[in-house]
Amino acid sequence: MQLTVWTYEGPPHIGAMRIANSMRGLHYVLHAPQGDTYADLLFTMIERNDHRPPVTYTTFQARDLGSDTAEIFKTACRNAAERFKPQAMIVGSSCTAELLQDNPGGLAKTLDLAMPVIALDLPSYQKKECWGAAETLYRLVRAFAAPRADGFVPAKNRCNILGPSSLGFRNRDDIVEITKLLEAMGVEINVVAPLGASPHDLTRLGDASFNVLLYPEIGDASARHLEKMYGQKTVRTVPIGVGATKDFIREVAAHIGTDADAFLETQSERLTWYSRSIDSTYLTGKRVFIFGDATHAVAAARIATEELGFVVCGLGTYAREFARDVREAAAKYGVEPLITDDHLLIEDAIIAAQPELVLGTQMERHVAKRMRIPSAVISAPVHVQDFPARYSPQMGFEGANVIFDTWVHPLMMGLEEHLLGMFRDDFEFNDGATASHLNHGGKAKPEAQTQAVEDAPSLTSPSLSLAEEAVLSWTVEAEKELKKIPFFVRGKARKNTERFATERGLTPITVEMLYDAKAHFAR
Amino acid sequence: MPTIGANSHYILAQPYLGATATAMERRGANRIAAPFPLGERGTTDWLQAIATRFGVSDAVFNAATEAGRTRAKRAVSNYADRLSGKSVFFFPDSQMEPSLARFLIEETGASVVEIGTPFLHRTHLAEELARLPSHIQMSEGQDVDNQLDRARAAKPDLIICGMGLGNPLEAEGLTTKWSIEFAFTPIQGYEQAGDLAELFARPINRKRALGMTKLEAAPCS
Repeated sequence: MQLTVWTYEGPPHIGAMRIANSMRGLHYVLHAPQGDTYADLLFTMIERNDHRPPVTYTTFQARDLGSDTAEIFKTACRNAAERFKPQAMIVGSSCTAELLQDNPGGLAKTLDLAMPVIALDLPSYQKKECWGAAETLYRLVRAFAAPRADGFVPAKNRCNILGPSSLGFRNRDDIVEITKLLEAMGVEINVVAPLGASPHDLTRLGDASFNVLLYPEIGDASARHLEKMYGQKTVRTVPIGVGATKDFIREVAAHIGTDADAFLETQSERLTWYSRSIDSTYLTGKRVFIFGDATHAVAAARIATEELGFVVCGLGTYAREFARDVREAAAKYGVEPLITDDHLLIEDAIIAAQPELVLGTQMERHVAKRMRIPSAVISAPVHVQDFPARYSPQMGFEGANVIFDTWVHPLMMGLEEHLLGMFRDDFEFNDGATASHLNHGGKAKPEAQTQAVEDAPSLTSPSLSLAEEAVLSWTVEAEKELKKIPFFVRGKARKNTERFATERGLTPITVEMLYDAKAHFAR
Repeated sequence: MPTIGANSHYILAQPYLGATATAMERRGANRIAAPFPLGERGTTDWLQAIATRFGVSDAVFNAATEAGRTRAKRAVSNYADRLSGKSVFFFPDSQMEPSLARFLIEETGASVVEIGTPFLHRTHLAEELARLPSHIQMSEGQDVDNQLDRARAAKPDLIICGMGLGNPLEAEGLTTKWSIEFAFTPIQGYEQAGDLAELFARPINRKRALGMTKLEAAPCS
């Protein structure tokens, strides 16, 4: 185990909590010490839920460890069944309680409760939150999905939607958008799970002829089980972005036997035109660094390259279970895939890639903010700001519109870049001034900001070792010339020039060399 | 670090320093018993305990503390109209609950329904417990469903609770304050006594600002 100040995923019992909190009529009895009850706030604070998650903690204390913690579990379990009267219960241990080896599943069985109890065996020290959520949903689907009656043939246009969950990135609005889209196509939604489903609803999963898997991280294991159990087809295209949404529509239309092109005629979106409009030319070739869960990262890479004309300069995920998808995408975009949950490694990768836009989780947003690089959030783990008051889906055509705004607004507009160049010495547009939209409220503080930019280790020769830096020097004239370059590209100019000089063994760096390097690295 | 031994005296400034105190006493150090330095009275008694141990005269002590005491009383009195007569319920979160309750009762005129605390160090909290009215329900450890039942039945004017419970209780129309803010905000000593009172008054002020004077469930999706 590693101490860290940030984690992309919690332990697997948090994943189980996400499933419990997504569903209705399900209660989770969690063998856990008093401190673990803090997990409540993930839901009540971050998601602003108006109710506690349906979780009962046994809340044993240090002094209970010598006595009968199994009895504490049984009492909590019995009380929860009586108080909440759920349709079904799930029982398990948190990381700390796992060490007690009290076997919650076995203990619950001895209580002879009125409702079905599903035991979760989530290895806290090997697996993580998304796996825990996927495993919990799979256990529930396996337990409740009822065999079809003999000769039952489901309607061809009836589907289940799998994967949306509590604490999922924009899942709340994605379901609305995708339900609307599917219904417009003539599809009937049978069950959405886990979000909003009850254990009883899960018994009806077989009534559909296919499954729409929106979030493989949560729903893949269940979709595979249903494929086997009922022969249900899985629609696997994740409709994030214009292209992917069109592919999604084609995949669904092929299954239900309707004309995708005719349907697409009836749909509209703005991303495509906005991206083609003349003011968007400045987006061309912007270097974008992408990190998140696999689904959102891969989708973002496609939108970035195919729909906005960006260049992917980094692509990665913290979701090891889905690393293969990200590796494939990275190969396609010619970058090294970054598969890690060590936020410090990711920070280093961002610094090395020198992106102009960072698309990531809240952690990458934080890193980008510190380095004064524009950024947008595209993936869980979620933050209270990822549950905006307004309707804000990522999926479908409206999702594509939202994505255009979210990614493009943090960037300095093309004309704004020119103005900064032209009015470099103006009090408002000077070197140190950031884009107006990045400078909320207060007046620009040119001195301090210039200093901050100069101090940011990210922007000054990050790829050079100390030894190399020591040898490199700049002539006074060259330093002066470098200052004329607008601050937001100065770091890159400095780095490129130093690399150019180092490779050729030239020192000190002169004005000539600065322009030689510029010509050399011109793209 | 100076050597700690039989000639050392120490006083706790926080209620969650049990292990520290044990380590000090293993080296022979002597604890100065006192309530925690919250509010004007808590701060005065805390300082007085130190002064007494070291033989500081009353005249010197009064001269040193008088200005602070006056300022603290005046600052706390600014919130009296918000807090006086209000009932407060503490869920267990920070171990500071008994001290916070004592401050509310003695200095703001509020009443306390229940003091939940995750762990109660009866020796270190003895000076606090002795000052609390005996009718107040104390609950140690967490049994959240039963505690919620009691809070709902009591309908207190203000609930101090962890971040996990705040929104659900607000959604039921109750008024809450996150207990973690008492750990994050400097609240000890004379100059912070007013800030401490303000933390309790803030949610009540906010309800007034939003025009929610009565118990009113918030509209939630």
